[in-house]
Amino acid sequence: MTYTAWILVTASLVGMSCGVIGVFLILRKMAMMADAISHTVLLGIVIAFIITRELSGVHMLIGAIFAGILTALFIQWLHSLDVPQDASIGTVFTTLFALGVILIESFVGNAHLDVQHALMGEITFIPWDKVSLPIIGEVPKATALLALVFLIVLISIIAFYKEWKITTFDPALAASLGIPVLFMHYVFMSLVSITTVASFDAVGAIMVVAMLITPAASAYLWTERLSMMVLLSGCFGVISAVVGYYIAAWIDTSISGSMAFATGILFLFSFLFAPNHGLISKFLKPVKTSAME
Amino acid sequence: MGKVVLKVNDLAAAYRKNTVLHDVNFAVEAGSLTGIVGPNGAGKSTLIKTLLELHPALTGEVQFFGASFKKMKTRIGYVPQRGSVDWDFPTIALDVVMMGLYGQIGWLRRPAKLHQEKAYEALDKMGMADYAERQISQLSGGQQQRVFLARALVQNADLYFMDEPLAGVDAATERAIMNILKELKATGKTVLVVHHDLQTVEDYFDHVLFLNRTVVEHGRTAQVFTDENIAAAYGGNMRGMRGGKFHVVRPVEQ
Repeated sequence: MTYTAWILVTASLVGMSCGVIGVFLILRKMAMMADAISHTVLLGIVIAFIITRELSGVHMLIGAIFAGILTALFIQWLHSLDVPQDASIGTVFTTLFALGVILIESFVGNAHLDVQHALMGEITFIPWDKVSLPIIGEVPKATALLALVFLIVLISIIAFYKEWKITTFDPALAASLGIPVLFMHYVFMSLVSITTVASFDAVGAIMVVAMLITPAASAYLWTERLSMMVLLSGCFGVISAVVGYYIAAWIDTSISGSMAFATGILFLFSFLFAPNHGLISKFLKPVKTSAME
Repeated sequence: MGKVVLKVNDLAAAYRKNTVLHDVNFAVEAGSLTGIVGPNGAGKSTLIKTLLELHPALTGEVQFFGASFKKMKTRIGYVPQRGSVDWDFPTIALDVVMMGLYGQIGWLRRPAKLHQEKAYEALDKMGMADYAERQISQLSGGQQQRVFLARALVQNADLYFMDEPLAGVDAATERAIMNILKELKATGKTVLVVHHDLQTVEDYFDHVLFLNRTVVEHGRTAQVFTDENIAAAYGGNMRGMRGGKFHVVRPVEQ
């Protein structure tokens, strides 16, 4: 495959994984958690690197899961001590992220792992760093990792679709039916973490938040079915990734920045033209009088 | 007293350091329809949540059908407060009702045609068949409450806990819900309902449980629904002039 094709595949995988996970982040009202975890996985990666001295995919995933769950646990714990939810999130993630930065600067000093890279990502280098896989042949490392994560996310969401649905909509009922709500919360945090860490190389910690939240927020405006929202959000993720790449190629600028920007444009488009929730349809349709009459 | 389906011994619960419930003791007999009443902050919702292990108990023991909650889970149905969920969630009424069956369907299985039919039947029973495909945010408050009741019906439990099912619903919905509750009772099911309107207690419930952080009084409505008990549960500021002249401040959503 060509250089451009690899970049598009990689970016599309980011778009799909983040799009699917993002739907549940939004519906669970946990958009801020995405921001938090996207930063604290840095600590997980650094610790994984310090222990194993290599920057391989599986180690990074395990480190990220560890960091993600640690973040969720700390936030829950602070919140249980009367610290408001948003303050607990803000305190925990900045502290853990700072710890990651300190560790990188003082212990790691490796060309592959620096703060700039972690924050902004660098998709342009991805196609050069290839690994040879059986059957498929030469695949960029980051792309292979993303494909693995996308599969994990997809299988977890499809296999436990109705459990995700009920624990998101009505956790109290779910618990009374015997569904382990808290356990699923931590599984979900793990999924967010591995999605984030796999997307790191491509788009970085800051842009991954855009990919997680914005396509899902756009999809929310278009449909009234959860399954449709998941599908649309995944598609929006891919569209943003591809459009973003071509914007970047056109005006010769940052690819990850352009992709995040494309999600914003897509949201604006949805906000204006979505059939029921869009601004224009609200203008055109007379306001429904309520059932009270 | 008939067969005891729920027995609560010395239950206590707290939010952080504030004890909300203490020394709660009562037993509920099979086939009864009990109204749980008490002032705001009396711990009515907390009581239900603690019984269902949604909120940790500090002390106490609860027996359902003579066994633990875990063993009897499938025989217990729960209707949370309508305000406890986000009605803008992208789903339709039929799907919400089907959620009542998720426990029975089990892991890794998808709802089948049979489950869909059951859910549709329950909606029909609540007079909501025409709204099965409707997005839930487009339903009125009363219709949303009917969807919740339909969801409880498909669970086909033997013991139901309902948190304020009549709060903020229209008169037609209130009648529909009360009909269903009476029907449940007639088929031998036991129902406990958190209720806020003292004026309808005598019409609706055969048992009443006065709660104000502990059980003030519990028994047959005809015997315990007295001015003294109302005053004891609500404190001195509740002027209990029987005959529908209560001055009740309606609870806001908790």
